[in-house]
Amino acid sequence: MTRSALLVLADGRFPAGGHAHSGGAEAAVKAGRIRDAAGLEAFCLGRLHTTGLTAAGLAAAAALGHDPYELDAAADARTPSPALRAASRRLGRQLMRAARATWPGPGLDALAAAFPRGAHQPVVLGATARAAGRGPEDAAHCAAYETAGGPATATVRLLGLDPYQATAVLARLAPVMDEVAARATAAAREGVDALPAASAPLLDITAEQHAAWPVRLFAS
Amino acid sequence: MHLDHGHTHHGSVSADAHRPDGTRRALRIGLGGPVGSGKTATVAALCRHLRDTLSLAVVTNDIYTREDAEFLLREAVLPPERIQAVETGACPHTAIRDDISANLEAVEELEDTVGPLDLILVESGGDNLTATFSRGLVDAQIFVIDVAGGDDIPRKGGPGVTTADLLVVNKTDLAPYVGSDLGRMARDAAEQRGDLPVAFTSLRSAEGVGPVADWVRERLAAWTALPAPTA
Repeated sequence: MTRSALLVLADGRFPAGGHAHSGGAEAAVKAGRIRDAAGLEAFCLGRLHTTGLTAAGLAAAAALGHDPYELDAAADARTPSPALRAASRRLGRQLMRAARATWPGPGLDALAAAFPRGAHQPVVLGATARAAGRGPEDAAHCAAYETAGGPATATVRLLGLDPYQATAVLARLAPVMDEVAARATAAAREGVDALPAASAPLLDITAEQHAAWPVRLFAS
Repeated sequence: MHLDHGHTHHGSVSADAHRPDGTRRALRIGLGGPVGSGKTATVAALCRHLRDTLSLAVVTNDIYTREDAEFLLREAVLPPERIQAVETGACPHTAIRDDISANLEAVEELEDTVGPLDLILVESGGDNLTATFSRGLVDAQIFVIDVAGGDDIPRKGGPGVTTADLLVVNKTDLAPYVGSDLGRMARDAAEQRGDLPVAFTSLRSAEGVGPVADWVRERLAAWTALPAPTA
């Protein structure tokens, strides 16, 4: 299948609900942990090596066609924060809607039927890459890119950060994204039990706090 | 890739006029317009006007709080389970136009949990004059402006003013105090909109929303008169 399908899927304008989520950046901005481009870069670097690696592994495994029930349970086990679990399933459902309209087929229909309340987003992402004719490496790259891309655009909106600087951060992190995607794909080829389980406890804690804020710009 | 056009629906993927079980879904009407023009007040007044004869629900798209949803709850215009708030990540126009997935989730969830529904009102967060709803989300849209925002807004045009299915010019009671010329607004609106309707409202009285409610009832009658969907 075509390489351009990957660009369609990875495009920030792909209508799958991501624009309303900051990937933890809103809480980090409020706490003063992200104040500028350097802070954004450090935040994204940490996120890539932890939740990004875990998400990329799940996405790669789903793109390989591993059992979605096993993968969804693996995602649950790797997502201790109830707020992030809910956000991941909601985003999974929103991505599924966009994916089925974009690359219709029996694989995605079956996954949607199996998880009417939404499977975890990385699992749906991998299944979507598969439906688009792309393999586990591409699915993992998408997951890694989203891991940094979400906080970057959110920080532009939250801090008024110079958009050129934010984009330069993403470009500087590109080799890290490649490395994370490669590790995730290698693990996914070994099977579900070999999937990475790296986590970022501070992201879990601040996600729970953020979910209780009465006033916020982003859903997570 | 195998393209299976006969695939079954588990949740619709676009603006299908029917629900997964083959029944007709609710009519969806979007309300957009600048901050402070009276979108939420119009929604509240519509709910009070229509709730005794129609099964209603509301989706709000707040910009950074749950203020609009909470206003509707506080005013008790509908039971809380009939009001859903969608978060928009600082981009209210994105959530109603470019990426409608969260709003589609909300309208479908309302139909699932409190349906069957006749009508769902989708209220946008306050935005600018270019904000319009996707046809994938709503069947018709109302653009709400007010006289205090300046009587030159209809002349300025923009997609909301020129293309909305109904333009509401609200707060007409304030016109004398802010120096707005209602006649000029009506003439400019007619010039921009051709045959599309304009309603002048003041929500100070309970009956003020009447012209909007009448228009909604007409749309609903047209919606239910469409041939029954095939399951």
